[in-house]
Amino acid sequence: MKHQSASDVPAAVMPDGLTSKRRRLLLSAAAIAIAVILPFVAKNFLIFQLTLAMVYAIAILGLNLLTGFNGQFSLGHSAFFGIGAYTAAILMDQGGVAYYWTLPAAGIACMISGFLFGLPALRLEGIYLALATFSLAVAMPQLLKSSPLEPWTGGVQGITIIKPDAPFGLPLNPDQWLFLFTLAVLIALFCGAANLINSRTGRAIMAIRDNPIAARSMGIDIALYKSLTFGVSALYTGIAGALGAIVIQFVAPDSFTFVLSIGLFVGLVIGGVGSIAGTLFGGMFVLFVPNIAEAVSKGLAGAVYGVILILVIYLMPSGAAGLVRLIGSKIARRTR
Amino acid sequence: MKHRMKLMTAAALGFALAAAPALAQKTYGPGASDTEIKIGNINPYSGPASAYGLIGKTIAAYFKKVNAEGGVNGRKINFISYDDGYSPPKAVEQARKLVESDEVLLIFQSLGTPSNSAIHKYMNAKKVPQLFVATGATKWGDPKNFPWTMGWQPNYQSEARIYAKYLLEKYPNGKIGILYQNDDYGKDYVKGLKDGLGAKAKTMIVSEQPYETSDPTVDSQVINLKASGADVFFNVTTPKFAAQAIRKAAEIGWKPFHLLNNVSNSVGSVLKPAGLENAKDVVSTAYYKDPTDPTWKDDASFKRWEAFMAKYFPEGDKSSSFTVYGMAVAETLVQTLKQCGDNLTRENVMKQAANLKDVQVDMLLPGIKVNTSPTDFFPIEQMQLMRFNGQRWELFGPVLNGGTGS
Amino acid sequence: MELFLHQVLAGLATGGIYACMALAIVMIYQAIDSLNFAQGEMAMFSTFIAWQLMQWGLPYWVAFFATIVISFAAGVAIDRIVFRPLRNASLFSHIVVFIALFAILNSLAGFIWDFSIKSFPSPFGTQSLFGSGLMSTHDAGMIFVTLIVLVLLFVFFRYTRVGLAMRATASNPESARLVGIRVGWMVALGWGMAAAIGAVAGMLIAPVVFLEPNMMLSILLYGFAAAVVGGLNSPLGAVVGGFAVGVIENLAGTFIPYVGRELKLTIALTLIVAVLTLKPSGLFGRAIVNRV
Repeated sequence: MKHQSASDVPAAVMPDGLTSKRRRLLLSAAAIAIAVILPFVAKNFLIFQLTLAMVYAIAILGLNLLTGFNGQFSLGHSAFFGIGAYTAAILMDQGGVAYYWTLPAAGIACMISGFLFGLPALRLEGIYLALATFSLAVAMPQLLKSSPLEPWTGGVQGITIIKPDAPFGLPLNPDQWLFLFTLAVLIALFCGAANLINSRTGRAIMAIRDNPIAARSMGIDIALYKSLTFGVSALYTGIAGALGAIVIQFVAPDSFTFVLSIGLFVGLVIGGVGSIAGTLFGGMFVLFVPNIAEAVSKGLAGAVYGVILILVIYLMPSGAAGLVRLIGSKIARRTR
Repeated sequence: MKHRMKLMTAAALGFALAAAPALAQKTYGPGASDTEIKIGNINPYSGPASAYGLIGKTIAAYFKKVNAEGGVNGRKINFISYDDGYSPPKAVEQARKLVESDEVLLIFQSLGTPSNSAIHKYMNAKKVPQLFVATGATKWGDPKNFPWTMGWQPNYQSEARIYAKYLLEKYPNGKIGILYQNDDYGKDYVKGLKDGLGAKAKTMIVSEQPYETSDPTVDSQVINLKASGADVFFNVTTPKFAAQAIRKAAEIGWKPFHLLNNVSNSVGSVLKPAGLENAKDVVSTAYYKDPTDPTWKDDASFKRWEAFMAKYFPEGDKSSSFTVYGMAVAETLVQTLKQCGDNLTRENVMKQAANLKDVQVDMLLPGIKVNTSPTDFFPIEQMQLMRFNGQRWELFGPVLNGGTGS
Repeated sequence: MELFLHQVLAGLATGGIYACMALAIVMIYQAIDSLNFAQGEMAMFSTFIAWQLMQWGLPYWVAFFATIVISFAAGVAIDRIVFRPLRNASLFSHIVVFIALFAILNSLAGFIWDFSIKSFPSPFGTQSLFGSGLMSTHDAGMIFVTLIVLVLLFVFFRYTRVGLAMRATASNPESARLVGIRVGWMVALGWGMAAAIGAVAGMLIAPVVFLEPNMMLSILLYGFAAAVVGGLNSPLGAVVGGFAVGVIENLAGTFIPYVGRELKLTIALTLIVAVLTLKPSGLFGRAIVNRV
């Protein structure tokens, strides 16, 4: 299996004189501009859906840092999503904390739990790690509703949150504001991830994925980097969880079952393992494709969804990002 | 017109006639027009609770029948039902889709406490009726704080209080062992029983065993209950686990006095798989007729249900009580809409839903009627105790009133 | 003490369920060096086929063996049709396709046979074994069949040419091809056998948990846990692991005060992660050394 991150694409495959970096900047600027205009032209419901898709994209990015760049499997990220969501909900509900402060708190809480879970996970690889993390996902709803935690989590009843209004008297409705707020968080986190990957640390993280033994002989502290990556990955997913709680206005143990983990994993693979931009496509896929499947056939929605998944895997075995790269290099070859 | 007349109960007719002249001009809220009424619904057609999807399918079939027979006051019902897979975030998304994109008049029979809790605040903020929700939690009858939400079935706590009253009367020294699903539904029943037993709860309840829906079996819990020395078994489980528990108790030779919650007392889909002989002498409560009970074979309302199933839902499971439930609740909505006459606004829908007086719904037990008022958002509050004789349920005692939950 | 004994025996009975499923998991792991997340749904679907055959009037044992044959063929077909084009795709793609199969089979079963529970007959009856009330005849029969399958698998992998070829394929496809093993068909055969064992597991489990499309959801997870604890490349380990998980879960639920009842699954899973951390290849598994 060959991993390739979007940033690895050599400049040579790009057409004309623009370097890959400037092209990417231009593309990103255009995308952001469209995104900012969107809430003022789209219906509230679509804005809400897109906000959720961005939330999932952030969560998938967290998973991608771990799986795509560091080569550690996880089917347990719904647990971190849930911890983040509950941290935010409890802080807002019982602590009266403003919603924007809950994001860093959720991130830190998840980073610590991710780091701690990453320690035993150090000894596990591949499918074993997938199962260990899957166990975490399965256990999380039970933990959330267990009696010792009930005073905080509200047990099975969950916690209802009040939707924040736009600040400074901006003429925006809550949906529009949350969209823009989520967009800002998303851009910041995406930039952060890109910087991390392109840094020295990022290269160490990827070296561990590509060849752990060689990485060790180069003096990389594998245990430290692996558990740190686990922590950072959980931090991203935790922030997504907190955002998700604010957008949905409700948390309950049933919201964070292993089904969510599987959804995030599917989003990761469909978007492209090891691609930062691909996670956006992954987020969209997670949110919209089940709806499409339902529209095709109510009775067989699951079957339709499954068939779509298989077709997508056939058509783009390395995800949306891989497909884009492939088309890009084809165009480059033709124009040369 | 002839068909419709036949269908209308006497009460309905009275209201329709009284309402029609008073409202000469037609008023429409979102989702209603001269020709159509849009009704939204959220059901778990996939996921762990997909067995309940049968209710949504029955309701859809029933509205097909209503439309084929001329609709409600001449308007066709457009029933839009979405799947939430029993996931609260998905329920929020689907509810917003129904309200903001499909622009339905109301959301009807959204299923499950977690899903309904998730959309509770949204529906009330948007002032869209969340009508006759498919869960027996007590919190749906709170007109003061949530005037746009209403339940339908008897709530879990009042059912449990009926059992408590019965136990205090017949088994005042009983030792109670409880098996319950570890979620809001199970805990509501346990709370109701404890409230009903009052001060005696502490001494009477000897063991409480929770189970998770992810448990493959409840064998271990049933063994613990037997070991606790309990001689009364309060069985608060969903159909699959109820069947397992009934069978396991018989298998290990535990013969307590067995109280089974209403959720799982379907002969066809619980007692038969569990083994009819194992379920002998189990006591439960009912508010609608069991479709497999031969007592009703000449009953007029049963015949109407049978004809409806044969014509509009032939693939539906006729031994499942979900199809009875679906038809009865759909009928309650049709009655509410009829009462609305030509004033189909969301306000008037809630007003009429809170103004159901002694409405007789097909397939409810004789003597059990739907009643609401602006302060009473619990449409059905009456139940009757029954005992299983190895073949079918036998009703006994008077129709009981569980009383409004606190 | 009596309660302890009861819980251990009940745990062994439930453990038999997990062991059954774990054997199918070990089988597929031998063939494709990965886990099949759709394994439970395949077993569920097979069980529905058996149920349907019996509804059509076939006697139990005819339906039983017919289902095994059908499932074997279906397993081979799934490999040849769905996975052959993806042979060189990444593990990630494979897992997504497993998830897709899961969704398809679950939804299809619900569509055809609906979601209400159905009772499934047991060839061993469901009386109490020796009248003791400790275990039912079906539980004992299920454990017995599981042990037979275990022995058959052991013999197959240890003493038959095909079995050895399959092991070689799983551990090193390149070398296997070089010594003349038809790797593609070995994988397909593995799929067929896993599907057949899954069918047996499903038909033995259904009388206990009742037949419905979601019946395997949690059992598959316990099966995974059992196989992992025992070692994914050891059939014996999988069976021991199954019994161990069943017993530990029951004892944790009964004897750990306060949180035990609510968190018995969590406790069982924690134990599994602990076992993995101490002995990553499972209690009976062979450690695999990666060469650079």
